[in-house]
Amino acid sequence: MSDRSALRPSDAMRVSLVGIKTRTTRAILSALGITIGIASMVAVLGLSESSKSDLIASLDRLGTNLLVVEAGGGIGFGSGTLLETAEDMVSRIGPVESVAAVGSVEANVYRTDLVPSTRSGGLSVKVASPTLLDTLGGSMAEGRFLIDSPDPLPVVVVGSVAADRLGIADFDGSAMLWVEDQWFGVIGIMDSLELAGNLDRSVLMTEATAATIFDYEGIPESLYIRSQPEFIDSVIEVLPATADPENPDQVQVARPTDALEARAAAEGAFTALFLGLGLVALVVGGVGVANVMVISVLERRGEIGLRRALGATRRHVAVQFLGEALILATIGGVAGVALGAGVTAAYSATRGWTTLVPAIAIWGGLGASLLIGAIAGLYPARRAARLAPTEALRSA
Amino acid sequence: MTDVVLSTEGLEKSYPGTPPVRALRGVDLLIEAGEAVAIVGPSGSGKSTLLHMMGTLDRPSAGSISVAGRQVQDLTDSELSAVRANHIGFVFQQFHLLPGYSARDNVADGVLYRGIELEERREMADRALELVHLQDRAGHVAEKLSGGERQRVAVARAIVGRPDIILADEPTGNLDSKSSAAVVDLLRDLNDGGMTLVIITHDLEVAGEFPRMVELRDGEIISDRRAA
Repeated sequence: MSDRSALRPSDAMRVSLVGIKTRTTRAILSALGITIGIASMVAVLGLSESSKSDLIASLDRLGTNLLVVEAGGGIGFGSGTLLETAEDMVSRIGPVESVAAVGSVEANVYRTDLVPSTRSGGLSVKVASPTLLDTLGGSMAEGRFLIDSPDPLPVVVVGSVAADRLGIADFDGSAMLWVEDQWFGVIGIMDSLELAGNLDRSVLMTEATAATIFDYEGIPESLYIRSQPEFIDSVIEVLPATADPENPDQVQVARPTDALEARAAAEGAFTALFLGLGLVALVVGGVGVANVMVISVLERRGEIGLRRALGATRRHVAVQFLGEALILATIGGVAGVALGAGVTAAYSATRGWTTLVPAIAIWGGLGASLLIGAIAGLYPARRAARLAPTEALRSA
Repeated sequence: MTDVVLSTEGLEKSYPGTPPVRALRGVDLLIEAGEAVAIVGPSGSGKSTLLHMMGTLDRPSAGSISVAGRQVQDLTDSELSAVRANHIGFVFQQFHLLPGYSARDNVADGVLYRGIELEERREMADRALELVHLQDRAGHVAEKLSGGERQRVAVARAIVGRPDIILADEPTGNLDSKSSAAVVDLLRDLNDGGMTLVIITHDLEVAGEFPRMVELRDGEIISDRRAA
């Protein structure tokens, strides 16, 4: 008959749970370090993914094919205006789908004629093409946008911030505004324009109205352009020379969605930083587990000696303590993933984002905690296994 | 002629130092199946060292040991573990029960490293607990038992796998005289049932309860008496 010392896998698991069962509080506390590390990493990845998906959704909704042409850039010229012909010329560029010009008139807007003239509220009066709203992909909160009309009527459309400041957000179709010694009827209030925030603080009128009342000469400050997306780079290239053939270097072309894309990229950079901090927390958690395991091996010398006397091999003892470290790390990791996902869901809810916890965060988190557990358990397990049975029994 | 369960020949054990400590100096001992042997001697006489050698927990510096027909001094560490798992039962002074686990599960651990299934181990444990008259304490956790009961659970753990020999290291050392007497009675009953037993004690009164007494001094056997 050949002798054999054998431990069934299910018993190896039971034996690894002995330390956790007999010292539960300590086990929970040591797993907590790993929980915090994993939770912060999962939350960072989840929040970054959720916010990025929100930005990408914004980009999809707004379209990345909007361009803005403005005057400026040259030193000492400072006219701040484009050519009168710019809108026409730009609209002839093949892939340009729509163009809207925006100019301004020297005027202030007030709620009534009784408001002192110094309280202009930081609002500006702009002249806009009727195509502006569609070009920007904007929408009306109330009423309708400007239309070309043969008879220039004293009417305006109000930006979202301007409507708030002027106290006409509750639109009932009867509001009047006092613009430079004349009453104007309000025909609509726009929703906030995500790609042209400056227009939110403006009151808009048609070119015909501005020309009649303020002697507006039709010289725009900026053009908003929608191009076919596949030709956008070519359009950007020809825009300066088209808008101002004589001084193309004084024409600035911008793509407002670049800012959003830059924001998405910047959040990526922060993600890496916070992920690094999460990793530090995880490693500290791992050191905590290793520390607790080393103490546990010292305290449980008697048990180790008994197990060797009962017939456990060195390997069985090593497996027991390594298993305990892995179980602690797994408990910590699972709790960490749950906590991290919970934090992501809670924060996303407050920001109105769709909660997204990437699979890599979940599986990576569990994998990282197992790896940390294995590393943390290796040294204590070796120490336990190398303990001579007689020494273990004597010191107990 | 009866079977020899355990024998040592010229057993030596020295611990390094200047000068080296010679804990055992040529011990020849033969233990036959069904014997109950008390090994006595003052502290430092080498009786614990001898028990560790017989239990394959430590290796001799010289000489040979045979346990259940196996020459163990040349076996590997895991082979020695296998010998302990299958042929030797231990009882310790400090009981070494796992807190938080029932008497039944503590006894079942006696055959844990034989690869027997948990359910079967528990059934074996229940039978062993009956032999030590603790069947009604099977579900009690270790810390709810009295000292005497704990040592009887430890004895049940030692016998649960029906080993060839039980090695008891000062089993009454942590017990009051009443519990001590109960444990000694239990060990004698088990021996009457055929269990081979070696008990180490410094208590001559306890040793006197057993039919054979081996006296050790300075690592040597100075007397080996059998009761008439």
